[in-house]
Parts: sequence; structure tokens; C-alpha cells
Amino acid sequence: MSTLAALARLRAVHTGTAQRLATVRHCHLSERPMVFIPLRLAGEAAAPLAAMAGTDPGHPRLLVVPQPRDRDLRFAFAAELAEILLPYFEGLQKATETVERRGAEPYERCVDAPQVIVPGRGAVAFVQLLGRSTRFRRAEGPYAVHPSVPVLGRWLTFLAQRAQYPGSSLLLAATEALSLHWATGQSTLEDANLASLVGWIDPPPGMTGASAAREAEDPLVWPPAGPATDPGFDTEVLAPAIRAYEETRSDRAAARVAEAVRSQLEPTWRLMWRAIGLLGTLPAAPGAAARWEGDRTSFTGFAAQLAEGGPPQPKRDGAVGAASRLARMERAQASYDAQRAYDDPLVMAAYRLTGEAFTGTVVATEPDRTEGEGRGRKLRPLVTVRTTDPVRLAPGTRLGTPERRGQQAEVVAIDGEHVTLKIVKGMGRGMAATPGAVPEAGERVCYAALTDEFQPPASLPAPEETPWTHGGPPPEYSPADDEPEEEWS
Amino acid sequence: MDRLDRLRGPVPPRPHDARAIAALAANPGCARRAVLDAAGVDKDATAAHLGYPAPFGQSPFAITRGNAFESLVKESGCAELLRLLRELLGLPIPLAAYTDLGDVGGNPSAQVRHSHTRKLLDKAARDSDDAGTLYDHPLLRLEIAGHSAYLEPDVVAFRLGGRFHIVEIKSFAVVDGQAEPDKVAAAARQAAVYVLALMNTLEELGHDPRRVSHEVVLVCPENFANRPAATLVDVRPQLAVLRRQLARMARVGAIVDELPPELTFDLAPDADGVPTRPVAELREAVRGVDARYAPDCLSTCDLCFFCRDEASAEGSTDLLGRQVRDALGGVATVTEALGLADGSLTPGEGQEEIARLLRLADRIYAEVG
Ligand code: SF4
Repeated sequence: MSTLAALARLRAVHTGTAQRLATVRHCHLSERPMVFIPLRLAGEAAAPLAAMAGTDPGHPRLLVVPQPRDRDLRFAFAAELAEILLPYFEGLQKATETVERRGAEPYERCVDAPQVIVPGRGAVAFVQLLGRSTRFRRAEGPYAVHPSVPVLGRWLTFLAQRAQYPGSSLLLAATEALSLHWATGQSTLEDANLASLVGWIDPPPGMTGASAAREAEDPLVWPPAGPATDPGFDTEVLAPAIRAYEETRSDRAAARVAEAVRSQLEPTWRLMWRAIGLLGTLPAAPGAAARWEGDRTSFTGFAAQLAEGGPPQPKRDGAVGAASRLARMERAQASYDAQRAYDDPLVMAAYRLTGEAFTGTVVATEPDRTEGEGRGRKLRPLVTVRTTDPVRLAPGTRLGTPERRGQQAEVVAIDGEHVTLKIVKGMGRGMAATPGAVPEAGERVCYAALTDEFQPPASLPAPEETPWTHGGPPPEYSPADDEPEEEWS
Repeated sequence: MDRLDRLRGPVPPRPHDARAIAALAANPGCARRAVLDAAGVDKDATAAHLGYPAPFGQSPFAITRGNAFESLVKESGCAELLRLLRELLGLPIPLAAYTDLGDVGGNPSAQVRHSHTRKLLDKAARDSDDAGTLYDHPLLRLEIAGHSAYLEPDVVAFRLGGRFHIVEIKSFAVVDGQAEPDKVAAAARQAAVYVLALMNTLEELGHDPRRVSHEVVLVCPENFANRPAATLVDVRPQLAVLRRQLARMARVGAIVDELPPELTFDLAPDADGVPTRPVAELREAVRGVDARYAPDCLSTCDLCFFCRDEASAEGSTDLLGRQVRDALGGVATVTEALGLADGSLTPGEGQEEIARLLRLADRIYAEVG
């Protein structure tokens, strides 16, 4: 944690309200997000108990499994969930835009993509498990399920995989999205409780964030946001209701289970929309739109793969696949970090504190300075900046700047509060600098040793050529014979 | 040791199950817990009486599921378990005897059962035939700060040739070779307690404790089925932590000696077991031993809400977690850190660097926030 983030937490303790960690929103926020709150039966890996889902805050859909240990009821739940999610995914594939590209055929890309928002990390893991437990099912043969079930499984798997990709917003955990933008006066462990996190950021009138957060820890006031339910609720309410259903299999008994889980889900449902509202108060960062474009490309590619009847995602990455995936993820993370810093002075601040970036005022320039002879002669302006930041950069270090994103500079010398830079990239071919290309004396500038190597894709690649910026190629499928029979019990 | 008894009051020491012992290693720096645990104080009841009931509960569904899975694995004399062990250890175990150590007849005390376990283990350690033997319901013993803690693992000790393995049965699923890391870590910590107890028993009996393998066999349901699968887990790191913590607790005497002689955590239960000790008094007693709160306490210690409130009242930076405390270079209170940040406080010796950083952070925050 940076000193800045730590200081923000201290201030939150002191003032009793959450402090901003960002001036702009670094995740994309859809106009019509799908909120999904799954609950799981305690003690089971992926036995759904209930879920609340929908795109309209006023009309949540409640799905219930009155006996979560019943395999048929589980798949009925999956089919019902598919009824909500698949039309949402499919509807978004209809409107496309043509993306022109140099030296190749233009291609079609969906103008929007789904955004599924779940309460927290636990729910993301549950989406992945639910995807894993349904994508290998078959609509015919032994243990046949509704044809929508395996399709749902593949979508959920796609979303869960994509959620691991730095900066992707297709599947968002509300707690993580909020924590990226606000610091509370509690520990990160406690921030995983959505009710207490929202309490810090947006306490009800007359309450401090701190007291709202404490209140949020009472499971009777704020039931856990799932997928785990409150053990007290399990003992006192849920267990008797499920037992009654088990004995009678009546609609009345099923309704009793439904009412029980509704009481646990509704508070979280409202909380989720409050969280979305809070994120919406921040203006979108430019980088968020660029990353969403990557999400749209990825969504378009996956939808095409599915339409062509491609096989379900395999159970595991091969060793080689896993290693190269890790390397891709690291680069993607570095890129994502850099983009956020260039988009947001509050994020950049952390790098200024460690000396990897600095902000200051230009005191001198040599805008028309050149290097080299004859045809190799190039424009290499010098800029001297005065800063009081504790710069820790070696001569020769490459720097970027939020003010001129296409440019790169190199540290020439550091002398006390004066840093001399040479602009080495993005000056064009001319022998005189275009107006505004070189900062002028008196201008406030910021330079950072962060490189953002993200290149917007020139084309829609074949699925197997999906570049790392878009999640990489889909791994090869290796069918296992026991798949359809594999129990889900 | 009567000093520890006095701290606890006239009730029997609370037995430490493996879970409690495993949790000892979670916050080794906390004197409060070391003392309470060494004295065998019922922390759960203490927390409840203080008005800060522990936030831990277990769902009946999880309990049912755990029991069902365990009986599946142990069905017909552990037939399924034996199959898994053959596969896992790659050994042609032709036959394996199954001995239920819990089967002593009547309703024997822990001591009786433990000596029964000892006797059979001693015999087993002398036998060196190739047939395997499974020992179910062993009752092991571990010395904790001078008290014997009896452990009844939901595990089986398996002997093959000269070696013993601890088998731990857990009902969390392993899906495509992966399980929730927290759960695996907790299982490894618990299994380490059993390994250590078994090692000590063998050593007491004059056998080589290294005959207990530090690789435990973890049996979990695989994927979404109920079918069990076994994995070897190396618990050496957990063993090391546990040994260190037990040694620390054995030295708890030094901490206890510093405490006022009249100090006690006695809840003064009435005939029905309802505590009658004035809460304010108990609070003072508990506060009389230094705590070291960390957010991890929230998942490991019954007193967590009490200690969190205390840390909060003191404005301690411990409240915010290790990461924040590290970023603050160990500055102890929120007021102090904020004072250093806005320059109203002159840094003490050794605080110059963190003060400079905090002031800079404060300036930048004001500039852009
Ligand atoms: S909750 Fe309190 S007593 Fe328990 S370990 Fe934490 S600080 Fe120590």
C-alpha cells in the first residue's frame, strides 16, 4: 500500500468518512448493467441456493432452489438463470460497428457489451464454479439438461476468465470497484463486506461512515452479501424451511424458502444499486473507454466462437499456456497501472511519492534542438523542470507524460530541484517543433517512468490469435469422457 | 501452575481442540491470547460476557455435509480410504487392518482412551510387517503450557511398514485440482497439530519421531461429486510455526509473573453456569494483559470485537492492518501519523524518513485530491 493510500485511510478514521483515492472512474460503467447476487448452500462447492438478478433496480428476479441438494432443481435453477442472462448477452450482439483497419478487411464489432456486477470476489469465484459445473452438460443422453444450461456455463466461464484480466469491466465485483476509488477507515479485510464499505462511503444522514460500517456488520440488519449465508440464518430460518419443503414438496413450502432467501437478498440488491450510483458520480477516465473497447472486442470474439459451435473451454490451462498467460497478465497489469496514473493525478501521486514520477514547473526549454547529421538529423528538444518532488530516476530513464501521451522523454541530468529531459519520441519528422509540442516555460508538467504499451487492436483477430490485450487465444479443448455423467451433487 | 488456575477461576481448563491450537499460531505476538490460552480460559464465554460475542458460527448445512463425507470415506472399515492410499502412495498395500481406537467400551475418560491409543501405537511402532494398519479415532495428547490438551482428530493415522501418515478428511471441494487457498491453509495448520502430537507420542514411547511423515494425506471431495480424492500436503512450515508458538506459550510464565497477583478472568458462574462477574471488572482484568490486535483476529480469535474496539478507542493504526502499518513505518497511532503528516508534530528519533514521506503525501493529497 502506498503512503498516500495509507494516509487516506488515516484521514478516513479521523473524519469518519471514506476518502477519495481517485478523481475519475477507472472502470467502465454500463448504462444497463446486470446485477447478479448468487447465494450458495453452506458446505457445498457450487450448490446454488438462490440468486437475485436483473437490470432494473425496481424489478429484481428472484431464483430459488428450495432443496439445494437436489440435482434436478439445481439444473432447473441454471436454466432459469439462462433465461435471464442469455437474452441480455444476445441482445447486445445485435448492434455492431465497422472497424476499419490498415491493410486488411474491416470487421464488425459489437457497440456495447454485457456488464455483470456481483457483490464481491466470492461471487466472482462462484460464477466461475457455476460455469465449470454447467458448461460440460449435454442436452441429450444420460443426465440431459435444458440446452441453455451448457451455453450459460460457457458464458459464465468466459466472464469469470475475463474478470482476471486487469482493467476488464465485463464482470465486476462491487467491493473491488469501490475500493479502487475510495479509502475507508478500516482494514482491507473489512472492506470485503459490501454493506460496511458502502456505509463508509455513503453513510445514511445523521451517521458517520464509521458507525454505519459497524452497524453493517450485524447480520440481522445487513445479511451477508453472499455467496455464503449467515450461519444463524441457516440454523434458525433456512434449515427448517428446507426441511418442510423436503417433507411436503408443496408450493407453500417452496414459497417459504423463497421468502426466507428474499429477506437475505433484498438488502444486498438495494446496496448494489447504491454502489453503482456511487461509481456513477465519478467522471469516466479516458482509459476506461479504451479498455472497454478491448472488452467489446473480446465479447464479440467469444460470441462468434459460440455461434460457430466451438467446444466448451477446457478444464485447465496447459503448463505452457499458464506460463504465457501469467506473462501476459503481468504486462496487462503494468499497462493498466500506467493508464490509471496518466488519467488520474491522485493515482500518479503514489508514484511521485516513490520518486518514479514528478510534477513541476518548466523553467527552460530548447525546443528546436536537434541531434545527428544530414538525413539522420532529428528534433530532440530539451526541457528543464523545477520540482520539489523527491525524484529518484537515473539518467537515461524513459518517461511518459499525461499532458502529451504520444511523447516519450529521457532523463538527461538531475541537479538539485532541476530535472533536464530530452524529448525522444513523438516529435514528428520536421526540424522545427510544432506549436504546443514542447512545453513552455511556466507550464505545470508531470513526467513518470511508466510505460503504457497498450495498443488498440488493429483488427478483430481469429479466436486463436486473440492478442494478450484481449485475453489471449482460447486454450485448446481436450474432451474427457466422464463429462456429462459427472455428478453435480 | 496454580497461578494459571487462579487466572482461569474454579472451572476446568477449556480443552483445546486442534482448531484452537492451530489458531494459536495466527497471532503469535499477542500476550493477551497467550495468557488466556495457557490458562485454558473459555474465550468465547469471556467475549460474550464482555458484550462482544464472537462472530463465528457454523452452518448446520456445513456440519451435515462434513459428517456425511467423513462417513462415506470411512465406510466399511475405510475401504474407500484404503483405495485412495494405494493410489496416492503408489504402494501395493495387500491388506490393511482397521483398528478403531475409540472402541474401548464403556464411557472412559480421556486419560484412559489416550493410554489405549498409546499402547496400540507402541505396538504398531514395533511391528514392521508390510501390511498397513488404519487407526481410527486415536486420542492424542499435546502439552500446552503445562496442560495436557487431548485431541480427537477426525483423522486416521495410517501406518505402513515403519511409517505413519496422518490422514485428514475435509469436505471442501477440490475442483480441477484447485481448492480455496484459505481452506487448504487451515487444514494444513490443523493437520500439523496432529502430526506434532503423534510425533511426541512416539518419542515418549522411545521411538523415532521422524517415523511420522510430515506429508499428510488430505482427503477431499473431487469436483462436484461426492467422490473422495487424496493429496499429499507437506506441513513442515506449519509445524515450525506451531513449535515456536508452543515454546512461547511454555514461557508464558514470564508474562504471568508480571501480572498483578489478584488478576483473574473468573466469570464466577452461578449454579446454572451463568456468569455473575461484574462486566466492568472483567473488562479491566482482560485489559490488564496487553493485546496486539490485527484485522486477522476477526477470523481467528473469539475476543476480536473486544480488542478491535479497544484498538479503535486508542486510535491505534493496528486497526487498519499490516499493509497500512508497514506503509506508515510502524507509527502507532492515527493522531501521531496525522500530526507528522501535517507537520504539527516533530518527528521523534528514527521517524524522520516516514515523517518526510507523510508530509509529502499530505502536500500532494492537498494539491490534487
Ligand atoms: S483478538 Fe485480541 S486477544 Fe485475540 S489475538 Fe487478537 S488481540 Fe489478541
